[in-house]
Amino acid sequence: MSRIEGYIPTDDEIRTLLEKLDTEAEQSGYHLNPDREFVSFLMEGLLVNQKRFGYLSCPCRLASGDIEDDRDMICPCDYRDPDLDEFGACYCSLYVTEKVLRGEQKAGSIPERRPNREEREAVRKKKQAGPPEGVKVGLPYPVWRCKVCGYLAARDTPPEVCPICKASKERFERFM
Amino acid sequence: MIERKHVDGEKKGEILIYALSTCGWCRKTKKHLEDLGIAYDYIDVDLLEGPESEEVMKTVRKFNEKGSFPTIVINGKHCVVGYNIDKVREILENEPD
Repeated sequence: MSRIEGYIPTDDEIRTLLEKLDTEAEQSGYHLNPDREFVSFLMEGLLVNQKRFGYLSCPCRLASGDIEDDRDMICPCDYRDPDLDEFGACYCSLYVTEKVLRGEQKAGSIPERRPNREEREAVRKKKQAGPPEGVKVGLPYPVWRCKVCGYLAARDTPPEVCPICKASKERFERFM
Repeated sequence: MIERKHVDGEKKGEILIYALSTCGWCRKTKKHLEDLGIAYDYIDVDLLEGPESEEVMKTVRKFNEKGSFPTIVINGKHCVVGYNIDKVREILENEPD
């Protein structure tokens, strides 16, 4: 597949995506980087990836084009929350903590937390439909965990969309 | 042979940036070197075709096991991972002419 499409997102498309992500972030206690010029460039990258792959793959990581392998880095990625905790910003610096937002902490280029291909494959192979090993519970419902934000839902199946971070159903794992 | 793009400036050493065209830190790295007037080459790996991309990624991983971006290779032997121009300058200053 050719990755060169000559597609350049319009200012309107960039603004629309930025507004959507900003609203969703603020509604659930997250914040976008206040550097709008920097963030607009990331929106452009996300839109290009949406066009290339059909999903908002992280603009700062090389996507494979295989959604099964790229799912953990669909924005917001599975690594955003631990990176916010440790560094005050996600890998791209699209999302930042309140401290960074208030200018009390500086967000910089941070180390990559995402496991390499072999490690990811090993984790996927272990993925189970049932509860994690060693967990024996007599609950009336299974519990599903959103891998993006940690939201837990006790119901027969995961919700279509995470009510907290808007991640899709596929990003839930069986927790209990 | 994978085509490198060249940005003109003062030649302080051989600087090659492995980058993504969509990545914010890659863009900051390129822009910062340009503002300093330092010459460099770059490859936007996301714009390569599959087999070329695989080939380049093998090289990137040799320098940076994570294969993350930007990976900046200086004089074919030093490597800086991420947006860190201070580190790039430090390496350039300590290189023999």
